[in-house]
Amino acid sequence: MSKFSAWSLFKNALSGNKNWDEQWPDSEPKKEYDVVIVGAGGHGLGAAYYLAKEHGITNVAVIDKGWLGGGNTGRNTTIIRSNYLYDESALLYDHAVDLWQDLSQELNYNVMYSNRGVLMLAHSVHDVQSFQRHVHANRLNGIDNRWVTPEECKEICPPLSLNPDARYPVMGGAFQARAGTARHDAVAWGYARAAAARGVDIIQNCPVTAIKRHPNGSVAGVETAKGLIKAKKVAVSAAGHSSVVMQTADVQLPLESFPLQALVSEPVKPIFPCVVMSNAVHAYISQSDKGELVIGSGTDQYTSYSQRGGLPLIEHTVAAICEIFPTFSRMRMLRKWGGIVDVTPDRSAILGKTPVDGLYVNCGWGTGGFKATPGAAHVFAHTIANDEPHKLNAPFNLDRFRTGRLIDEAAAAAVAH
Amino acid sequence: MLLIHCPYCQQSLPELEFAYAGEAHIARPEDPNALSDEAWRDHLFIRSNSKGVHFERWRHIHGCGKFFNAARDTVSDEFLTTYPSSAPKPDLCELQGDLK
Ligand SMILES: Cc1cc2nc3c(=O)[nH]c(=O)nc-3n(C[C@H](O)[C@H](O)[C@H](O)COP(=O)(O)OP(=O)(O)OC[C@H]3O[C@@H](n4cnc5c(N)ncnc54)[C@H](O)[C@@H]3O)c2cc1C
Ligand SMILES: [Zn+2]
Repeated sequence: MSKFSAWSLFKNALSGNKNWDEQWPDSEPKKEYDVVIVGAGGHGLGAAYYLAKEHGITNVAVIDKGWLGGGNTGRNTTIIRSNYLYDESALLYDHAVDLWQDLSQELNYNVMYSNRGVLMLAHSVHDVQSFQRHVHANRLNGIDNRWVTPEECKEICPPLSLNPDARYPVMGGAFQARAGTARHDAVAWGYARAAAARGVDIIQNCPVTAIKRHPNGSVAGVETAKGLIKAKKVAVSAAGHSSVVMQTADVQLPLESFPLQALVSEPVKPIFPCVVMSNAVHAYISQSDKGELVIGSGTDQYTSYSQRGGLPLIEHTVAAICEIFPTFSRMRMLRKWGGIVDVTPDRSAILGKTPVDGLYVNCGWGTGGFKATPGAAHVFAHTIANDEPHKLNAPFNLDRFRTGRLIDEAAAAAVAH
Repeated sequence: MLLIHCPYCQQSLPELEFAYAGEAHIARPEDPNALSDEAWRDHLFIRSNSKGVHFERWRHIHGCGKFFNAARDTVSDEFLTTYPSSAPKPDLCELQGDLK
């Protein structure tokens, strides 16, 4: 596989872009692997990449029921930040933000990471107090979150309305400058290409129908649409379908799957320089490099696998956006879509070993796991390779729902990405 | 938008009138003190999250205000039936038979 560079761009332009190499081969499954990863989203592909690169484990397959990156990785609104309240979360997400900084160089693939800053708006005294608490907690963990006044909010984000008579007046905000966005598809493609270059097989359009176990209980492989594939270790990274897949190994996960929707406007000239989130009104917005406003909100209320969601939520979100940014009231929306997100009771991920020997799980990222992709994949690979969690993901074990040692971001932050 | 039939009001109304209230038929433990940590985990946190027919609670908040139960297919989002919370869990085979 040849390296992407300015020179390769130039050379291929001269030959009409007809001679680019295939980016990764579409593999057929071998009989047996050291590690099979279920789910070719950013998390699964990333784990395969780090297994190969950092742990020398290259006899690996990543299997997806559809096309790679076709799950939540290719459906999300790409907000990246690490200003979570609890130490455990702050450290894990910040590990990811560290890796995001030079991920394009690492993968030789432009993931378009843009640290344009994420601004979270406070609309009430309660918001102000809880955000300031977040800011202080973050700073103790070395995270660059800071409190900004309404005027500073306006400087950071000129289209913002500071009208004091607004239904949700802006009373200040929390701003993380190192946070931002990245190109979601490129993250899946970049990891896929870099993993395949190190020998990983990527098998698409191949649903895993069951996890197989030896008579002694340990993992034996996976049953798939393309037949039985044996594996010494199986790692599940199937987002909204994690509980369905894990049930076939008799592991019950504390997950519920909900539709989460997003929408984009027609493309316009650059107007929106950062990411703005408002937990109080359940809306967030940024502008893609193509020029579309990218808008998202909270999940639909009912569990579902329909990957669709209802219109009332879109109306609610758009109403909130127009309230905060009256300039956008006449923008036309182009598309909306949904993904199925796996939500845990404490809104923190489950990342580690399971009661089944040789079976690992990385799920429960719910509405906010894109930002964690490199960090989570990195420590998941460590967990798989060593059969032992990395210190950053040790607290995110499955057993916490028995011990009661929850990481309760649900109570800390209510919603958001 | 879902159209939901309230079994008390006997009307099919837009989803906006209703609040989802989680999986149905989960009984509180009779003797909480006797429960092991595993049993507490299962009671509090483990849900069927079924892909297919799902039994769930809804509340007609902008109507009669009452809780009721529903069986819904989580792949198509189609409601198979709704029934008062006091009624027993309907037979799945019969429900699916009705549909054909
Ligand atoms: C609308 C929306 C907006 C979001 N916004 C943000 C945001 O702004 N910031 C943020 O950080 N996060 C956001 N998220 C969440 C984020 O997208 C996810 O947490 C993250 O992408 C999960 O990555 P993943 O690789 O684990 O899952 P996915 O990319 O969903 O990959 C899982 C894969 O598993 C495959 N699979 C499932 N079952 C099987 C099976 N039986 N056999 C084989 N393969 C299977 C699926 O096909 C899928 O490709 C958003 C999500 C949505 C839906
Ligand atoms: Zn009613």
